[in-house]
Amino acid sequence: MNLVICLLATRHYLTAEQIRRAVPGYEADDGTDRAKEAFKRMFERDKAELREIGVPLQTGRTSAFDDEDGYRIARDAYELPPISLAADEAAAVGLAVRLWHSAALAGAAEGALHKLRAAGVSLDEHAAVPLEPRLDSGEPAFGVCFAAAADRRELRFDYRRPDGSEPTPRRIHPWGVVARRGRWYVAGHDLGREAPRAFRLSRFAGRPKAVGPAGAFERPEDLDLVAMVASVTPASEVTARIRVRAGAAEGLRRAGKASADDPDLIEVPLSDLQALADRVTSFGVDAFVEEPAALREAVIRRLSRLAAMSQAPAEENS
Amino acid sequence: MNASADRVPRLLALIPYLQAHPDIEISSAAGDFGISADELREDLNLLWMCGLPGHGPGDLIDLSFDDDDHVAVTFDAGMSRPLRLTTHEAVALIVALRTLAATPGLIEQEAVSRALAKIEDAAGAQAQAAAAVTVAVDGQDARLAILRRALRAAQAVRLTYYSAGRDARTERTVDPMRLLLVDGHWYLEAWCRRAEGVRMFRLDRIEELGQLDEASRPPRDVAPRDISGGLFLPSPEDIEVRLRLLPWARWVADYYPCQSVAEDGDGLLVTLRSTETTWVRRLVAGLGGAAQVLDPPALAAAIAQEARQALAAYDTPAAGTAMA
Repeated sequence: MNLVICLLATRHYLTAEQIRRAVPGYEADDGTDRAKEAFKRMFERDKAELREIGVPLQTGRTSAFDDEDGYRIARDAYELPPISLAADEAAAVGLAVRLWHSAALAGAAEGALHKLRAAGVSLDEHAAVPLEPRLDSGEPAFGVCFAAAADRRELRFDYRRPDGSEPTPRRIHPWGVVARRGRWYVAGHDLGREAPRAFRLSRFAGRPKAVGPAGAFERPEDLDLVAMVASVTPASEVTARIRVRAGAAEGLRRAGKASADDPDLIEVPLSDLQALADRVTSFGVDAFVEEPAALREAVIRRLSRLAAMSQAPAEENS
Repeated sequence: MNASADRVPRLLALIPYLQAHPDIEISSAAGDFGISADELREDLNLLWMCGLPGHGPGDLIDLSFDDDDHVAVTFDAGMSRPLRLTTHEAVALIVALRTLAATPGLIEQEAVSRALAKIEDAAGAQAQAAAAVTVAVDGQDARLAILRRALRAAQAVRLTYYSAGRDARTERTVDPMRLLLVDGHWYLEAWCRRAEGVRMFRLDRIEELGQLDEASRPPRDVAPRDISGGLFLPSPEDIEVRLRLLPWARWVADYYPCQSVAEDGDGLLVTLRSTETTWVRRLVAGLGGAAQVLDPPALAAAIAQEARQALAAYDTPAAGTAMA
């Protein structure tokens, strides 16, 4: 705190030694190496902490005669520019900060709120309409991925493919995290495959790690994260035909539309074969795949696995 | 600088905050910072010992208190403005506002745009990092607008709802309580007159919706649910199901609230509760063998039995037509 006040007050760069004399709390110079070391360690720690919380420390020399670098904080780089919000704007911001619930983003939104209040903005967190919005779920990988993308650092993680094979290590430059249909993805440049890729956070094995320095890459200018994630499931040209039992399988009827001459023959656009096979299988005897053959086989494979799940109790019951 | 890491940003914000709110009561200032009045007093005691180099009487931050626990700043030692937003703070605010801007029908779009422009302005260069997070929310403008009007006017609505759990469509009259946005989906929490209980309705499963010319009247003792532990709470009538999830079904533990989750080699052992046996059957069947039911055994047997029947249909060439 004293260090910030001191460096904000000075227009000249102050050397470490000058700071040591000006700011209370630092070990005084008693001529010993131990005191010198203790001061150095503490000063380094304080500088790192200030940079961590976003204090713009500048290093440089006031004149050509100075023989070592000094430090200062430029007031205009430190201070939040003037901001005032009308009541309805403040209501929007008040609602916006309530969107986040994960530690990473809720904490950041809270910090922003404190600063806005300190700038004289009055914020009412109670909305006129009872609303409980929440954008980020408890996805454990979220915080690390978000921070790596915001700081532009390399991200490493083990990724499971949906087919159940062993997780493989991936290294990416994360361009961003994106939520679509309630699922979170991280999208970026896959360094191993040298191509853009999107990864679902729920398929991470273990914790992701950010490595290397910040600002390690540039984000593409025309980046469209939602489109990158959407291309994981391309639009379909094939139509699956599924026969459903009369009055049943509402969920499948909603996914497609009934054929013109038969209300129980449902036509569903086939974009993701595995996903549709899962869905059809979930309706058991109420759904039967007429075509295509690939979908039929995928469903039969699933049903066979399910049928094998519990041989003994089934016999007991019959 | 002997304060803990999250305390320093607060200390830096406190002096400008107190200047912007002259003679504020300590308890309400503490409330704005999410700390107790005692914690705030400790902060103030620390600030009192901070100041400009020299640290003489005229250099230190000076505060004045009155008898009613109000506080004011008499000397700020140059700390008149808050620190700029950090990258993460800017991202959190801007992405949330952009999401609101992309969700018409919820709050005044024009106010959101104005607020967004001002925050982006104040954030300066940090605003660019907001490109790193995007949230696509399902568009439910028309339904949101109707429900928002009904909530404002405290009127009941009539809706046709598809329940995925029971795979059925029902018509209900409900008294709206609030709107929720959870994991990209909008929900209406309402008192359902038919079920005589509080129910969650996912907006994209509401098929028809109309505001009624009739006052909303949820029973007085019904309160919105605390959803911090998840959207769906277990109830005593639930059945309890133990599943073994193979590695590629691990996501189930992320998407549905589990009573317990334990590692099992590469997979997981989880306990789920549900009011609907049908829902659990459909979940397990839809996982196509990637989840095994350990308990209750009768459920495992029923699922296997149904799978055998369904398989039999594929063995018979005329099965498809026979079923209809």
